[in-house]
Amino acid sequence: MPVDQPSAAAASPLPGEGPGPGPGLGTPAGVVTAGVQLLSDAVRDQGVPTLEVPWRPPAGHADALATVMGDPRRRGANARAVAAMLSAGATLVDVRSAREALGLGDGELLHAGPPVDWARASGPLRGAFIGALLLEGWADSPEHAERLLETPGRIRWEPCHHRGAVGPMAGVISPSMWVFELRDDEHATTSWCSLNEGLGKVLRYGAYGPEVIDRLRWMGEVLGPLLATAVRATTERSGPIDVKAIMAQMLQMGDEGHNRNRAGTLMFLREVLPALIDSGRPSAEVAEAVRFIAGNDHFFLNLGMPACKLQTAAAAGIDGSTVVTVMARNGTDFGIQVSGTGDRWFTAPANTPDGLFLGGYGPEDANPDIGDSAITETAGIGGFAMAAAPAIVRFVGGSVPDALATSRRMYDLTLGENPALPLPILEFRGAPTAIDATAVVRSGVLPQINTGMAGRVAGTGQVGAGLVTPPMECFTEAVRALADAVPPS
Amino acid sequence: MSATVELRHGGYLDSVALMQVSRDVAAVPGVGSALVAMATELNVDLARGMGFTVPAEAGPNDMLVALETEDPAARAAALDELEAALRRVSQSPAGVGASAEAPPLTTGAAARRLAADGPGVALVSTPGRYAFTEAVDALDAGLHVMVFSDNVPLEQEVALKEYAATLGGGLVMGPDCGTAVLGGVGLGFANVVRPGPVGIVAASGTGAQHLMCLLDGAGVGVSHCLGVGGRDLSGPVGARSTLRALDLLAADPDTQVIVLVSKPPAAEVARRVEAHARGLSTPVVLALLGPEEADLTRVAHRVVDAAGASWAEPEESSGSLDHGRPGGMLRGLFAGGTLCDETMLLAAPVLGEIRSNVPLRPEWALPDPATSLGHTVLDLGDDRLTAGRPHPMIDQSLRVARISQEVADPLCGVLLLDVVLGHGATADPAAELVAAVEEAVTAGVPVVVSLVGTRDDPQDRARQRAMLHAAGAAVHASNSAATRAALDLLARE
Repeated sequence: MPVDQPSAAAASPLPGEGPGPGPGLGTPAGVVTAGVQLLSDAVRDQGVPTLEVPWRPPAGHADALATVMGDPRRRGANARAVAAMLSAGATLVDVRSAREALGLGDGELLHAGPPVDWARASGPLRGAFIGALLLEGWADSPEHAERLLETPGRIRWEPCHHRGAVGPMAGVISPSMWVFELRDDEHATTSWCSLNEGLGKVLRYGAYGPEVIDRLRWMGEVLGPLLATAVRATTERSGPIDVKAIMAQMLQMGDEGHNRNRAGTLMFLREVLPALIDSGRPSAEVAEAVRFIAGNDHFFLNLGMPACKLQTAAAAGIDGSTVVTVMARNGTDFGIQVSGTGDRWFTAPANTPDGLFLGGYGPEDANPDIGDSAITETAGIGGFAMAAAPAIVRFVGGSVPDALATSRRMYDLTLGENPALPLPILEFRGAPTAIDATAVVRSGVLPQINTGMAGRVAGTGQVGAGLVTPPMECFTEAVRALADAVPPS
Repeated sequence: MSATVELRHGGYLDSVALMQVSRDVAAVPGVGSALVAMATELNVDLARGMGFTVPAEAGPNDMLVALETEDPAARAAALDELEAALRRVSQSPAGVGASAEAPPLTTGAAARRLAADGPGVALVSTPGRYAFTEAVDALDAGLHVMVFSDNVPLEQEVALKEYAATLGGGLVMGPDCGTAVLGGVGLGFANVVRPGPVGIVAASGTGAQHLMCLLDGAGVGVSHCLGVGGRDLSGPVGARSTLRALDLLAADPDTQVIVLVSKPPAAEVARRVEAHARGLSTPVVLALLGPEEADLTRVAHRVVDAAGASWAEPEESSGSLDHGRPGGMLRGLFAGGTLCDETMLLAAPVLGEIRSNVPLRPEWALPDPATSLGHTVLDLGDDRLTAGRPHPMIDQSLRVARISQEVADPLCGVLLLDVVLGHGATADPAAELVAAVEEAVTAGVPVVVSLVGTRDDPQDRARQRAMLHAAGAAVHASNSAATRAALDLLARE
């Protein structure tokens, strides 16, 4: 496909590759100090370069942390996890209905984040469920839908992640919705994501009014089939659409791939536009689809997310690895998964984002953090690539140096750098990749997530956008479980 | 409330910046609501939803300003704030990309930043139960690590040294190791020694400091001094760091003689260490300090011989009193644990029972270390005595108080102190001690000081010696010589 290859920065050494025979003795080039200030001063007074770690007791269970740190499998396992993430590919291979692609049957729904029941489901998730029932024709009114949803066993739902899929915000996928299907050939895995509806009153923000349902119906009847035709034709003509390559470029064009997807959207459109025009469909229909895609700066988010899911899934299930493979929220709980404990969730109540609000909305209108879109940060973009999209920091009244500082800080939480996703302003340093759960609990610094904010009340829609972090408890509990999984020596 | 709606052309700002502007304008007193946004379909709908009438020609390249204000003054203030806020978001702040690098979040992250500059070392002095994690992180990053922390659980020390052995990378120094010198860089409590052929492996902090100072005094320099921690040669730890340190020194081109300083190890460990040492191409002097070989100064002499240099007796000067206070006993107040041990080992054959908080025999333990009984030699750096106060290497106040207490005790005949100089130690120990020394001497109690330091130590050894001497103390560069001098004074009461 006709895209420029990004200039790849040299890959950093992976954990597990060094230190080989080990350092000999000699005058140290520098001294890292953690602990007593006086000892650090005594070294610095000798004119030796000194790097002081602002050490503080780790969060959570110190003994569990020590057990995990001492796990002889950890280093090698993490090296394999990083290598798997870096080698993962992501090509768009098809657009299909969720019924077909994900095997969703009648009465089955997927949603964002860790598992949740109706009683604990947040407003926006409830709203999206209601909308999905109206869309599918399983209910003929919101009240009817609510009755069905609160009746155990009538409607079944589970996290998107349980099927290898991801969904932004409420992340609700129902059988008749169309999904992007992305493939990682390196690891023979597939991931899916719904088509993005745009901003404002949309299902993923919990709105379910007639305009929401009408739009979804049009997306299922017109947009999905048209994109399927275009994607298949493009693939036939010039090979599969390389989503990872578009991600690499969008980071050089002011996007960070979570809250800003403007360049990615236009580059995707550039890929499929000839095939759309050539689809044989009425030009008014094609024009409507193009207008819809081009008018929705977040259209690419739903391609970037499954690409990120493929990348992090490649690192999942490696015994002894402390790499975070999932961060996801359902509007009530934040859940993470770490490689060494497979698909087990570690959850805690989700935080509410801090940011700016649309129109007359304010903090009291915002629902706690929601969506699978934190998969972008899990893969090293979004909040981790803030340096690529300085405008994003203004969500919290920050500055460009803040954006640079945030990305730099995230390198200290991650085990690798992704040369395929270079950040130009950091001298093309690869995106900080593979969050180490032990680094999070040790530093007390949480992964930085960029996000949209949904209204607290079902049916409201988007109220703002901003920054959020996961609750620390997810990471301390993950470390404890990793410790429990260390075989006795 | 009255509404103001404006369309501005030709000024594009992204939605994020404009959300911030909206917030700032809405915060002006007298403003009911404010929307400043590019006039996209979504934003126009938003404005209409807020009750504003938006002109039909509004397009996405127009900036829509919609304000609801109480009165003309509020409107004017809101428009002023709008201009100011627009200027703020349009201006690039100073120093983009030039912000100072933030401190590293973890030891490993710090090590990765160093990696580009060559081999590094980590100095970990966190509370003991957290040290393992930091040390492993440093080893993972390819660093040597010195664990200064005490109270590291024994099983974690074993696990840490096992981890390092499996990794085959950096050396673990410590835990509870006060002293290391790597290529002239002192870590923890360390003296400024001249570079030279002797590599030291030490399971004892002050023992290593005393040895390197004695060597330096004899004109023999040190390549590296590797403190391996007081428990390294115990059965459970099995000399893991000692063996690795011996290998590193044997492979080091600057090291021609190796000396291993330790208390006598467990028999099986001793055999392993001795066998390992014999297999090295570099000669190893074993200094296993115990009743058989108690004297660090004699060890220094042997090492100087092995290095092919000539021994010079350590400097000494006598004090202003030539006999102990009649009827008195030996009272030793030490900052250094190994120096305390050495004194007890040398004095016990002469004096018999010596009471201590770190006794040679269990039955010689002091019931209450705060009160001396008979001949008493104390390690004032022991946790039970510091009890949250600074270690006497860092602050002499604990020891000054104890000197006064001893002088007031008629059973105190001679006072023996160590004063340890070097990096990490208090800046002017003599100044802190002279009043107490004068008080003792005036009361007829002679004071003998073993001054452990080198000519290049930051405290200025000559000045320290002169001050202590002027206060009436006898000052010795050798702790064994100081001990013998104290015993002599006691015998000549």
